Amino acid sequence: MALPALSPALPEILLAVGAMALLMFGAFAGEKSSRTVSFGAMGLIAVAFLMLLVAPKYGTTFSGAYVLDPFARLMKLLALAGSGFAILMSLDFARREKFDRFEYPVLILLATVGMMVMISANDLISLYLGLELQSLALYVIAAIDRDNVRSTEAGLKYFVLGALSSGMLLYGASLTYGFTGHTDFAGIAAALKAHGSSLGIVFGIVFVLAGLAFKISAVPFHMWTPDVYEGAPTPVTTFFAGAPKIAAAALMVRVVIDGYGPIAKDWQQIVVFISIASMVLGAFAAIGQRNIKRLMAYSSIGHMGYALVGLAAGTQQGVESVILYVAIYLAMTLGTFACILAMRRKDGPVEDIGELAGLSRTSPVLAFLLAMLMFSLAGIPVLAGFFAKLYVFMAAVKAGLLGLAIVGALASVVGAFYYLRVIKIMYFDEPKPAFEPMPLELKVVLGLSGLFVLGYVLIANPIGTAATTAAASLF
Amino acid sequence: MVLKALFFYLFAAVTVASAFMVISARNPVHSVLFLILAFINAAGLFLLVGAEFLAMILVVVYVGAVAVLFLFVVMMLDVDFVELRQGFLQYLPIGSVLGAVLLVELLMVLGGWAIDPGLVGKGAVPITATGSNIEQIGTVLYTKYVFFFQASGLVLLVAMVGAIVLTLRHKEGVRRQDISRQVARGPASSIEVVSVETGKGL
Amino acid sequence: MADFWSSYLWPLIIMVAQSVLLMVVLLVVIAYILYADRKIWAAVQLRRGPNVVGPWGLFQSFADLLKFVLKEPVIPAGASKGLFLLAPLITVILSLAAWAVMPVAQGWVIADINVGILYIFAISSLSVYGIIMGGWASNSKYPFLAALRSAAQMVSYEVSIGFVIITVLLCAGSLNLSAIVHAQETRGLASLLGVPWLTVLNWYVIPLFPMFVIFFVSALAETNRPPFDLVEAESELVAGFMVEYGSTPYMMFMLGEYVAIATMCALTTILFLGGWTAPIALPPFTWIPGIFWFLLKALLVFFMFAMVKAFVPRYRYDQLMRLGWKVFLPISLFAVVAVAGFLRLTGLAP
Repeated sequence: MALPALSPALPEILLAVGAMALLMFGAFAGEKSSRTVSFGAMGLIAVAFLMLLVAPKYGTTFSGAYVLDPFARLMKLLALAGSGFAILMSLDFARREKFDRFEYPVLILLATVGMMVMISANDLISLYLGLELQSLALYVIAAIDRDNVRSTEAGLKYFVLGALSSGMLLYGASLTYGFTGHTDFAGIAAALKAHGSSLGIVFGIVFVLAGLAFKISAVPFHMWTPDVYEGAPTPVTTFFAGAPKIAAAALMVRVVIDGYGPIAKDWQQIVVFISIASMVLGAFAAIGQRNIKRLMAYSSIGHMGYALVGLAAGTQQGVESVILYVAIYLAMTLGTFACILAMRRKDGPVEDIGELAGLSRTSPVLAFLLAMLMFSLAGIPVLAGFFAKLYVFMAAVKAGLLGLAIVGALASVVGAFYYLRVIKIMYFDEPKPAFEPMPLELKVVLGLSGLFVLGYVLIANPIGTAATTAAASLF
Repeated sequence: MVLKALFFYLFAAVTVASAFMVISARNPVHSVLFLILAFINAAGLFLLVGAEFLAMILVVVYVGAVAVLFLFVVMMLDVDFVELRQGFLQYLPIGSVLGAVLLVELLMVLGGWAIDPGLVGKGAVPITATGSNIEQIGTVLYTKYVFFFQASGLVLLVAMVGAIVLTLRHKEGVRRQDISRQVARGPASSIEVVSVETGKGL
Repeated sequence: MADFWSSYLWPLIIMVAQSVLLMVVLLVVIAYILYADRKIWAAVQLRRGPNVVGPWGLFQSFADLLKFVLKEPVIPAGASKGLFLLAPLITVILSLAAWAVMPVAQGWVIADINVGILYIFAISSLSVYGIIMGGWASNSKYPFLAALRSAAQMVSYEVSIGFVIITVLLCAGSLNLSAIVHAQETRGLASLLGVPWLTVLNWYVIPLFPMFVIFFVSALAETNRPPFDLVEAESELVAGFMVEYGSTPYMMFMLGEYVAIATMCALTTILFLGGWTAPIALPPFTWIPGIFWFLLKALLVFFMFAMVKAFVPRYRYDQLMRLGWKVFLPISLFAVVAVAGFLRLTGLAP
């Protein structure tokens, strides 16, 4: 038996082998090696990124369990960018907070491999394995500050609830296998086309979607998000808010479009429900928050709700809008977290929103960029976030889901309130002492993110084309 | 055939009964022991359907290794069972509602179950009559499913790294035995022969 | 009715008769193994050993049996009664159950199943429960510490035993114990060198000698024999997990332990010493029945067990763990890769 074609999976193989090599290096070189390992990890991610960007080897391999198509390629590029920037942004924090464990970048690398497996999953088994590889690494890095009670609590909470959601996902997957006789998406779709839906399949979908909704922290499986975001060290939260969401969203898109495509009517209701609940909860629950990381947690719940609006449409345009939404969301989130990481005084980092008071006078550039990011997250026109919301609502309206679009628009009006409150605190409150100067890498990330948000209008065309190609490959 | 059915009901009944005891036993150590009993009977069920390799692996891996460590941890935990059970009644209503919903769902699914005769025996990897089941598992595991095999390996690697990251602490000032150094020590480096003059001492 | 008789009852009677026969022989052998253990130990220490009951003390083990059975069993007040009594039973039943698949001579096996080696491996990994349950149910600190020690020790050494067994399986190409012996009878070094009658060269002890050493040492650890008897280290834990046991339950623990030792000796014989095959496949060696060769080899292995007990001082616990995880595990893991690679490259794989 010949070896299966490895070329579509080369970036994953590179990352996995590289992660193991870095692990060995770190284990022998000791704790002091964390900076070197971080740079090594970023280098590997950059190489994998380039491999996918320049010469993607499209194809299906491993007996159909793994697929690299334009959709997978684009989502992988986003996830890799998210992971790479997350490592970059942790460098300064690691040095100052004695957080310098070489396992951290290695675990991020392994989580990234998991995400890429998820994005390329074309089979229920690879779906589960990718998800578990990613989640297990995330549980560990949530608790990586192991002497801190809150970090440990975050890790434990995430682990217990995550294990529960994996169980639900497996239950749903086994129901699907039991009723269709296939684990690969193409086979499932063929069986569904031939035999139509049945009660068992519907329960299977419910459980699979519940498991996936947990991973993108959509309501009603969002309970872990605020605690984990708040408890985990800030660079870890940065990572959580970006790449894993992309991967889980991509996985969700692929499984419902490719796998359960023929019975769209059945899963659309579920997605619509999850989406509405997430948007509404994200908008209302964030209002009372004082901690900026908790605020971002609710914000991410809301944003995942908006992204699902596009998925609920179930059309090619819908998928395209999901891709654009998560891409823009990633850029905004990274920028915002760069600001949060910059909230540091002499005696350590601060997380209360009140600490931002008068930022416009102590560091006007930071305040301006954060204000722009907040406007964008709220969806104020001409900024990137506005287009993101516009795309998903347009897709929903086209697919006849007018009600969903209206609820989404209303929720974003409510949501705008707490984003604007942050701006009000920065610009109109009495100044508090200035923050420490921002390290270079955070400046770079914030600058890139700010440029993207402000100048999205100018680059909307090429990005839109890429998303269209990607979405077309699923249909 | 009768014998087979008899054994099936025996194993199945013990599995279900011990699974019930896992959640209802007062002492967690007893719970784990019942869990082990359930595993062994599940292995018996595997044997009955002719999957002897899976049966043995279940015993070796789950009973022989995983459950031992489980038992190990549970025995060392200092849990106050009375206190643990106090919150139990408080969650009973919502728990039983959830349980009932799941039960109804399962019944509905089973009720809607119509086995497609074309599907039976087709599966993802149908079992052929020739060769032992170890051979069959081996041939698909390392060819068709090699990707899953490797990915599971990575998952286990992450679990191992995670366990080490979260628990290993390097204590300062611990004197460790260095066996190679001990073995390498010879008389030249460790003893000194001194001729002591009488009445003077060292 | 006749159908029922021929398809169920008669095979059942045969199987029970075989099992009883095997068990009786096994138990008698165990009695003399115990005696031999004490005699060898005594001889090394220039003592006489048991010499009072019967000629040269030959009936000593039976006298011990009577003594244990006639004493009153004592169950400590705080003990978990059911588990306390279940533990010795589990130990003895499991160790006897392993013999169901042991081929003691050509075709002399109760159940010739095709995952025989895995079955024995599974049974021996279960036997740790007897010790853990006994230690925990005694509700006393020394037995509990011993139970924890034994759990860690047995699980650790099972890992390397598993890998060693895999190297043998790679050479033999089967998980059936009889087939493993057959493979050593017909294939291997002797036939490669053109002297097929010299079967002793076929035995895996020669090509896999390092694995044989690891297996032997791990078998000592797995059966809690000295120098790895930390589970019942009298200088630290009084008598380990058996502190609270007396009379018949204690005897069952002892019996289980010695049956497990006999199992390990038999397994070493089958995996590495060619089972029941004669060392030279020529008369007069082939006139001797296989069972005698098997017994001879197993007793030889047991002699080594006994000598190790007499010679080697007890390991410290951290040394034990170091040996298992940092020495044996990497070596045996590497050996699996090396043996598999060698067999594949040379085309010798069955």
